[in-house]
Parts: sequence; structure tokens; C-alpha cells
Amino acid sequence: MKAVELNNVSMKYNEQCVLQNINFSIEEKDFMAIIGPNGGGKSTLLKIILGILTPNNGEVKVFGREPKHARDLTGYLPQNLSFDRDFPINVYETVLTGRYHGLFKGYNKNDKEAVLCALKNVEMKDLIDRQISKLSGGQMQRVFIARAIVREPKLLLMDEPMASIDPEMQRSFYELMSQLKNKMAIVLVSHDVGAVSTHVDKIACLNRELFYHGPVENAADGLEEIYHCPIDLISHGIPHRVLREH
Amino acid sequence: MLEFFQYQFMQKALVAAVLVSVACGVVGSYVVIKRIVSLSGAISHAAFGGVGLGYFLGVNPVLAAIPFSIASAIAIGGVKQKVNISEDTAIGILWSVGMAIGVIFINLTPGYAPDLFSYLFGSILTVGNIDLYIMFVLDLIIIATVYLFRREFLAISFDEEFSKVVGLPALLIYMLLLALVALSVVVLIKIVGVILLIALFTIPAAISKQYTYNLRKLMILATIVGIILTSLGLILSYIFNLASGATIVMVLAVAFTISYYLKD
Repeated sequence: MKAVELNNVSMKYNEQCVLQNINFSIEEKDFMAIIGPNGGGKSTLLKIILGILTPNNGEVKVFGREPKHARDLTGYLPQNLSFDRDFPINVYETVLTGRYHGLFKGYNKNDKEAVLCALKNVEMKDLIDRQISKLSGGQMQRVFIARAIVREPKLLLMDEPMASIDPEMQRSFYELMSQLKNKMAIVLVSHDVGAVSTHVDKIACLNRELFYHGPVENAADGLEEIYHCPIDLISHGIPHRVLREH
Repeated sequence: MLEFFQYQFMQKALVAAVLVSVACGVVGSYVVIKRIVSLSGAISHAAFGGVGLGYFLGVNPVLAAIPFSIASAIAIGGVKQKVNISEDTAIGILWSVGMAIGVIFINLTPGYAPDLFSYLFGSILTVGNIDLYIMFVLDLIIIATVYLFRREFLAISFDEEFSKVVGLPALLIYMLLLALVALSVVVLIKIVGVILLIALFTIPAAISKQYTYNLRKLMILATIVGIILTSLGLILSYIFNLASGATIVMVLAVAFTISYYLKD
């Protein structure tokens, strides 16, 4: 079964077309990067897959279900959060909200273990009692990654995950992703072409329309076909441009 | 000096101060951390429409304010779904329309509305037994609801969008929170009045927020701070023969300023 399937999806905001005729699918255990400029519709696309937004046209299926009914299978890392600076919540409680079961259903022992495990994965277990705004930007981002993976989702959607991560965290971030991609499909969107590494299996570009470049190797091989969108592909740690500018 | 504790009206007023502080400490904590202070202000002013309706129908204005302010809270929550009106605009409209409805109902009511002023600016010293019972029951409802939905309220206050993603009925919970704000407004109406009550919602929680990072402790601390400061305001208003609502608000404001500078 495909993790995500979009057929002819279009989305308008105030008569302005944000997404046009998007067709693409994500296989289970794919690791896909969607790159595009700010305002290119990346966050909108993720929110459609999450069922927070409903497209004007087209069909969206997540593991064969309506997006709203597949939420127990998805994890989400939002782009940026605006919360009160003194918000009374600590690292543990923040991640625990990712294990929400429903009205009148409390959190159980498994949830607590899952939180500890997720925090261990992002190397934040030591700061479990820390109030959320007493963390650095990179630490906060790690907590939100933990919150996204704590449900053990089958599909992980990440909006600009590298935005506030410090450079040394980048490597451990991709190490974490390469562990996770054995268990789930991962989609990350970014405006930063440098964020795409060799760990990514597939690349697509999004600027209102989506251009799918397929597996990273093919993207480099079939240069002629892929001319729609500039990316600096980082291969084996050495950045060099493989795709022609247009 | 302590003779005023022997007056029955003063004892009632102190009980009222405690009951008010519970609603403010619990719901006010959410109001402050979810940043819905101005929205709560709108709900409190809209409640005056309910007070007017109560006069017009000849029922207890405080009781009439309950359905009225809950309805206005739900109306404003519903606006969130309509993207073409901003919440800010809706707040402005609700704020004045609620007051206007109250004024018109009072105009339509024959005769003179004797304690109208107390609904606007509060009058803790004229609180009767019925008022205390109503406040007590509303406090119980508020505490029970917060206990039952504490996970949901925390989740939507912190990150509403993410709470939707994990399958939480965010809009419904948001409306429930606004309904609790509306109930708290009713608890407060007699004490500080619709115009001043937003100070009681915000200041105890804002003071306490500087000293704890745990929501449950924040609610308890805000309640205690509320009890101390409203009682102090009450005593000062008695001693200096000032309006109780306004005196309480001034005490709160001074305490907030002091705590802010002590913290730094």
C-alpha cells in the first residue's frame, strides 16, 4: 500500500492558486525531500496530507484512507510555534501530548515509556524536567521531533526540520532519520537545498506545481529530463550542482 | 480593627472573595497562557446583555447571564472557522453589541434598575446568599470540567494545530474552554462587574506565572494570590469607603507591579 497518494490536488487561498494539479505518491519507508521556495505551498501540502486543510480539488489518500482517518498513523513536526514564553509545560509533558488517545482517556505506562524512548532517540532525556522555553532553539526542535515520533507513526511529516537545528545536530538528525526510515515513510520539506543529504531517497521540487525527480541517483543520472527546478544535491558530503539551472 | 469581620455582609464578602479567586485562578491560568485575554474581555462585556435580559424578564440577572455569555462564547469560537472574519474583529463586535443589548433590555424594562451599577463595576458588599450559592455551584462545575479535560486544555493551549493532528477535537475543546470563561465571568459579575473583571482573570495568573512552570501549581498559586489580594482590596475598600471592585483591581495592579520588579 502507498503511504500517501495525491491525485490532481489543487488548493486555492482567496482565489490565489497555492497548489496546482499535484500528483505524486510516497511508498512505505520512502525518505522523501520536497524542496521549494518560501510560499511555494510546502506547508500547505503537508497540512493537506494531515487532513488539517481540505483541497479544493483532487483526491488525497493516506494509507488508503481519508487523511483525517489516518491521523493515528502520522507524526508531524510543525514549522514554527508561537506559544507564551512562560508557558507552564516541561519537556516530558510536551512529548506526552503526542500520545493523546482521546477524550477521558489518560496516559498509561506504555505512553510514559514511549516518551522516554523518543527523548532518548533525540538525546534529550537529561532535560526531561526542563521548562520548554528554557531550551535552546536546537533543543526545542529535538523535543518537537520527539513529540512527532512518539506515536511510532508510519508516516512522519516534517516542516523545515533543519530550520533551528545547529550544524553539529544536523549529522545526528540524519542518523536518527536513517534509523527511523526503516520503520516509517518520512517526508521533509525545506526551502534550504543544503538540507537535502545523501540519506534522502527521493526528491521533489514544489513551487505551486510539483516536479518529481525520483530517486536521488536517477535524479543525477537523468539530467536532461529534470530541468524544471534548481537543486544543489549534496553527494557523499561534497556539495556540487548536479541539476542544471533554468 | 478586626470588628468588620463580625459584620455578616463582610463575612459574605470574604466568602465571595474566595469563590471568585477559585474561578480566576483556574480559568484565568488558561486565559493567560492561551492568550485569550481580550477575547475573555469581550465575553465579559457580552454577559451584560444577559444581565439586561434578566431585568427585562424579571429573573435573577446573574442566572440570565449564564446562557447569554455561553452563547456569545460559542459564537466567537464559531467565527474561528469562518476565515473571512478575523477573531480580532469578532471580539470588537461582540464586546459592544453585548453591552448594547443589555442597555436596550434595561431601557425596555419599566421602572428603575436599582443595582445596575453593581453589575457594571461590582459590589462585593451587597452579595447575597443566592449569589454565593450560584458562585459555589459554578466553581464546582468549572473545577470538574477542568479536571476532566485537563489534557485537552493543555494541548490546545500549547499547540492547537498539533492537537488536531493527534486526533483531538480542537475546536470543540476550544469552545468548551470559552464556555468555562463565560461561567467564570458569571461568577465574577457581582464582585467586580463586567467592566473590571478582566483584571481578576489576568493578574493573579500573570503574577503566579512568574514563579512556577507547572500548570496545576499555577492554578493553585493563582487562586491563593487571588484570595489574598481580593480580601486585601475588600478590607481597604471598607476602610477607605471606596468601591470594592475598583479597589480590588488597584490592589491587583500594585501587586503585579511589585512582583514584576521583585522577580528581576
